[in-house]
Amino acid sequence: MKRVFVDEQWCLGCHLCEYNCAYANSGADSMVKALKDRQIFPRVRVEDTGKITFALSCRHCSDPICVKGCISGALSKGTDGAVRIDRDKCVGCFTCILLCPYGAVMAGEGGAAIKCELCLENACGAPACVAGCPNRALVYEERG
Amino acid sequence: MGIDFIYPEFEVKRDRERCIACRVCERQCANCVHSYDEESGLMLSDESQCVDCHRCVSLCPTRALKIVKSDCALRENANWTTDAINEIYKQASSGGVLLSSMGNPKPMPVYWDRILINASQVTNPSIDPLREPMETRVFLGKKPDRIKREGDELCCELTPQLELSMPVMFSAMSYGSISYNAHKSLAIAASKLGILYNTGEGGLHEDFYAYGANTIVQVASGRFGVHEKYLEAGAAVEIKMGQGAKPGIGGHLPGTKIGSDISRTRMIPEGSDAISPAPHHDIYSIEDLRQLVYSIKETTGYRKPVIVKVAAVHNIAAITSGIARSGADIIAIDGFRGGTGAAPTRIRDNVGIPIELALASVDTRLREEGIRNNVSLVVGGSIHSSADVIKAIALGADACYIATAALLALGCHLCRTCQTGNCNWGIATQRPELVKRLNPDIGSERLINLMTAWNHEIKELMGGMGINSIEALRGNRLMLRGVGLNGKELEILGISHAGE
Repeated sequence: MKRVFVDEQWCLGCHLCEYNCAYANSGADSMVKALKDRQIFPRVRVEDTGKITFALSCRHCSDPICVKGCISGALSKGTDGAVRIDRDKCVGCFTCILLCPYGAVMAGEGGAAIKCELCLENACGAPACVAGCPNRALVYEERG
Repeated sequence: MGIDFIYPEFEVKRDRERCIACRVCERQCANCVHSYDEESGLMLSDESQCVDCHRCVSLCPTRALKIVKSDCALRENANWTTDAINEIYKQASSGGVLLSSMGNPKPMPVYWDRILINASQVTNPSIDPLREPMETRVFLGKKPDRIKREGDELCCELTPQLELSMPVMFSAMSYGSISYNAHKSLAIAASKLGILYNTGEGGLHEDFYAYGANTIVQVASGRFGVHEKYLEAGAAVEIKMGQGAKPGIGGHLPGTKIGSDISRTRMIPEGSDAISPAPHHDIYSIEDLRQLVYSIKETTGYRKPVIVKVAAVHNIAAITSGIARSGADIIAIDGFRGGTGAAPTRIRDNVGIPIELALASVDTRLREEGIRNNVSLVVGGSIHSSADVIKAIALGADACYIATAALLALGCHLCRTCQTGNCNWGIATQRPELVKRLNPDIGSERLINLMTAWNHEIKELMGGMGINSIEALRGNRLMLRGVGLNGKELEILGISHAGE
């Protein structure tokens, strides 16, 4: 399956991916309306040590431990390989957050967990973080 | 601290309605213009540091930013312009030579824009490049004066030639003045396009030897990074006698830019200033130049053409006449609008002559003396478009050098502060966190796009004239007409006025 990969060599640490992610998943028709004066809840996070930066989002593991551990059945792996979360089912126990070895599941607004769904569930249809990355540090591709 | 007489040149206009305080501008500005105030949750700016490079403008996701020229003005004065006054203030405070980057920005005449190109109508057919073959390939090097035969056999042996898929090359920019990633972008693009790029005077990074077939290696007065393997690595060797932006002077790459890679490539100690002398200390005459040309030819086994690059100056025709007899295969002439990573402002803005006039007079002189075949002519110094390329070729050039246009394709916004080393676009900098902003995959793609577009346009313009080979356009000044030029200018350019 196609996944989002990061090449830290080209990551500028500009954090635009986070804002593009939050906007893409807001459902709003303008970034200003979606994000102005609000705390953002992106599903991609830029890890930043000051010297090295890279954007991290769900790896869509072939055997996702978060799905196994989900007590409410909110997390599932689809036939397309993407791991999705049904926020209506999520009870906010955050077992998934504790389990994820990448730290790619996070608490969203209102208590439910959120994670990258490759923008397959929103109007973008393809990862907005990749489309908006100014230096092609993020790519969306199939790798062996 | 005394009084700072100079009011900031630019203002950062931030649309508070649009700003989402994502802090991208803050993270992307190497000049530290933007900052975030936690207390108020607002982005602030210190416009005194702004160089108008547009990095923040381009990356702002909500288009909340624009940079405008400050309207805080000194009392209007047609004689003492604000620039002239500010330069006095700067020198009165620093006591130093003013430095500038990129080409001469003064409103000097651009002759390309006063020259118009012909097209076929009725009596001679134009050619549609989408339907018929169109040749833009050129060969640079010495051409035979006459056809020679040995018995019945035609002598086909030529001195070494450079083959270009189109009559444009990337001009010399040294590794040091521009970044590793900028060089890599140029190298990849040149090899994919079938043209050449030029190392400039800073040697060739070991990673780029792989692109040798598309590389011109330069030998300048500082002789940085010059060794046998380096000369062997390129497709041609260029002796740099001068540069359009700063004729008559050398160069100075400050020690702060000489990191380990550049130190190794240039073969000088880390942190030491790289100073290129004004002249080559072994060249004081055409005869001396000839010695260096032949030293290089001996070293490279007469397999590589030698280019001599000179700045366009007053006696350029006589100078190139000498160079054409020195054994050089190609002469490159750099006009006074050519770019630079740093030059004294007074020299950049006041020394040298326009490339259009230099080219025309050189081509005329070499033809008159019957030595035009001795050399190919390459011209540079602000070639803005494919139309300029066509005009240059019709004036007598074999090919053009572009550098500023190439840097623009890589993201340069011509803020003209290369000398600070804080290029926000990752081009004219050696700071690793800035260099990485230029991904060579993207950079080379954009260069290839630009050249592909120009080549299409060159074919269109040629087709319009009913010419299907770039070779048939060279020196074909009947295809050009001047507009708004005086008699002397037309005489030097060797073209008629529009309507004639």
